[in-house]
Amino acid sequence: MIRHLLANYEEAAAIILFAVGFSTLLFHRNLIKKLIGMNIMDTGTFLLLASMGYIRGRKAPIIENGVQEVSAYINPVPAGLVLTGIVVSVSVTAVMLSLSVRLYKRYHTLDLDDIYNLSKHEKEDR
Amino acid sequence: MQMSIIWNFPLFTVVLSLFSGVLCMMLPARSARNYTIAYESVLIVMVSCVLGYAINTGKAFTYPMGEFPAPWGNEIRAGVLEALIALLFLIVLMCSILAGYHFLCKDIDESKQNLYFSLLNLMTAALMAMAWTNDIFTGYVFLEILTLTSCGILIVREIGRTTLAAVRYMIMNLVGSGLFLLGVVLLYDISGHLLMVPMRESLASVAADPSSIPALSLSIGILTIGLGIKSGMFPFHFWMPDTYGWATPTSGSVLSSLVSKAYLFLLFKIYIRTIGVDVLRQTPILKILFILGICGMVIGSVSAMRASTINQMVAFSSAAQIGYIYMGIGLGTFAGFNAALFQIFAHAATKSLLFLTTPYLAEVSGDSLKFHELQGSGRRDTLAGFFFTVGSLSMIGIPIFAGFASKLIFGQAAIMTTQPYKILLVMIALAVSSLLNALYFIRTLIRIYSDSGDTSKPSPKQAIRFDRGRAGYILAGIILTTGNIFLGMFSWVISDMIYRGLGMFL
Repeated sequence: MIRHLLANYEEAAAIILFAVGFSTLLFHRNLIKKLIGMNIMDTGTFLLLASMGYIRGRKAPIIENGVQEVSAYINPVPAGLVLTGIVVSVSVTAVMLSLSVRLYKRYHTLDLDDIYNLSKHEKEDR
Repeated sequence: MQMSIIWNFPLFTVVLSLFSGVLCMMLPARSARNYTIAYESVLIVMVSCVLGYAINTGKAFTYPMGEFPAPWGNEIRAGVLEALIALLFLIVLMCSILAGYHFLCKDIDESKQNLYFSLLNLMTAALMAMAWTNDIFTGYVFLEILTLTSCGILIVREIGRTTLAAVRYMIMNLVGSGLFLLGVVLLYDISGHLLMVPMRESLASVAADPSSIPALSLSIGILTIGLGIKSGMFPFHFWMPDTYGWATPTSGSVLSSLVSKAYLFLLFKIYIRTIGVDVLRQTPILKILFILGICGMVIGSVSAMRASTINQMVAFSSAAQIGYIYMGIGLGTFAGFNAALFQIFAHAATKSLLFLTTPYLAEVSGDSLKFHELQGSGRRDTLAGFFFTVGSLSMIGIPIFAGFASKLIFGQAAIMTTQPYKILLVMIALAVSSLLNALYFIRTLIRIYSDSGDTSKPSPKQAIRFDRGRAGYILAGIILTTGNIFLGMFSWVISDMIYRGLGMFL
């Protein structure tokens, strides 16, 4: 078990990062810390993808010096997926930050439990 | 196969929706609304053509993006089931816009209404792409676009409870998206493909080695939990009442009837087209989904009985209805998948009608959704009362309505499994859930039709008036009621199409 983990230390680190981010996103009460957790979780996934796509001794798939064998290059798809994932992650972070700002302006706190308690006492129609 | 102009229509639906999203940002509010209705009508015609084409030819077609062939390029695929789901999405979306516009004008400042339609159009692009895509990572990208636009149409109603509901909704969705992405990455790691069919072929060869089943189960399980959280599967359904209850009616209807169904349809595509039913049956996932589905059916209904507002009740009832779908998937047979897919149609037609009707009942009850304030509201607004009655009877499972046909198909699917414990559990769950549905919906019906004795509220005579602002609601109500009765009386038509679509999936 330990031997497998050490041999695949990049994947192991990625899963640990994912777990740390996941638990922070789910269980932390502070909105900003939740967002940081989300970004750590996404980074874990990106690390997993990047480590899958990297093969020692191979190069980026740009033909150099006429070398055309597939075995000389890495698969470019995981890198493309990471880039797409980063774009998605940034967009989601921006929306969440704007929501946090709006909540802070209204309730003057970023603690979700406090916000929930404050909102329960508001009288709102429909 | 000879390429037809119709082959381009699925891509057109996505591109046109994206273009419309940008265009609506520049239009005034009313023009944005009229333009959205006009272009959604064009999309309905296009998707109907695709459906007709798929039925006539008896085959699904694949559209390679940029003409790069599989397994390198990205693909769109259209068969009977994809077209049917896309058509359902568009019709319900159109009805939601028509019926909810009256409240949209109240809830959103006029200067921002065009942005709301912009978001709806971007959401349409995501819904269409998720219906048509043949690539699992494209599914993830549009799933995130759907999450962002869902959050957008939720927060446009600028009150504290909506913002809080949006934050909680986003957090749960982000957890779901994170797990889904991890599941996709692990499956890509195992199979080396992102296109659905090559991935299924690769996974089938991997699953031939029994030692690979735990790794496969883990990957599929993570992906399933991700989509389960996003679609409101028990025990991850607690965000639903606030999200659906505090949104403007169009958003509530769209979120409950379409967004959660888009996630479920993607799950179907992944299970049947990407993983393969044979591989899936080797994992314990179907059994877990079966149990969670049954728990959701009962606990969702129990929560609905304890709700304090009518929207909370309808939202918890959604959790129970989602439970039906997961129970159907958990049966692990094509009859079970057929029942679950039929339930998507029945639930979308019924729940949108209910969510679009409750605000009209509240409007004649001092703008309150609390049960005691709604006393007599069905008499004060007879049309809203009628549409709520139709939706309620369908939810209970009264014959001629969609809910009855759905329960019947679930019962038949359970019997076809020939496994006594599954038959028994499904029958008990259907009976208990129907009984609980009857308890809380009949209680609500009695309340909205009983005399309130409050002279300050409008009298029944005032309620029958027909004004221009309600024309959209009446039209949408008639369309959804007709759809509901059609699904109930001619369930075999849709069920047959679903079977054909499932056949084309393979």
